[in-house]
Amino acid sequence: MTVNNYLKLTIPARSVNEGFARAAVAAFASQLDPTLSDITEIKTAVSEAVTNCIVHAYRDAMGEISIRARIINSDTLEVGISDRGSGIEDIERARTPLFTTCETGERSGMGFTIMESFMDSVRVSSRVGRGTKVVMRKRIITRR
Amino acid sequence: MQITYEYNGGGLTVYLSGELDHHTAKKTRDAIDDIISMKDVKKLTIDMSGVVFMDSSGIGLVLGRYKLLCELGATLELRVKNAQIRRIFEMSGVNRLIRIR
Repeated sequence: MTVNNYLKLTIPARSVNEGFARAAVAAFASQLDPTLSDITEIKTAVSEAVTNCIVHAYRDAMGEISIRARIINSDTLEVGISDRGSGIEDIERARTPLFTTCETGERSGMGFTIMESFMDSVRVSSRVGRGTKVVMRKRIITRR
Repeated sequence: MQITYEYNGGGLTVYLSGELDHHTAKKTRDAIDDIISMKDVKKLTIDMSGVVFMDSSGIGLVLGRYKLLCELGATLELRVKNAQIRRIFEMSGVNRLIRIR
């Protein structure tokens, strides 16, 4: 595996940063010459992962979200989004469509499903009380 | 997020434009619910033609208004132009509950 380029970004877990986070990763990904549809899919997946950090990981506290993006093997975007928040007790259940632990905030429970549909792969690792890391990959088929 | 509306004879149309995410959803939800509480609404149309980005927060927003309108005995319809936004609604089954044009 060759790493061609990378980005590291740390932001406070505030909802106002959601738009910035997805725009930053989309701008980084643009060097792979993605289609407009690819860009929207990347933005949406990043938005879901970052929102999870804010709504779930740091539900009762303020903390930081770390975003890493890499271009690997000249054609694949890898995005890692991690927090040091509450962690996920049951990852498989969290990934189930329509499942949510947030009863009051009108959350749909579709975050992971959207990440899985819009990216090629989504890997989730988590430890309760320590934090969660989501690593997503998407290969961009260049039009050249 | 910009929110404008038109009301006549029980029909309320809310026009949304901008980016709909977790950050903007709360303000949007409060604005729509405020308008509903002031008017006698029989049918709400949420026109999302001007929405340039939406994540799953949009599903929550729409399902929340759907529940509210059911309690009021009113109906909900969506207007969606963007193919990706339509896909997000279809993924969650919203299109089986709510008419999307």
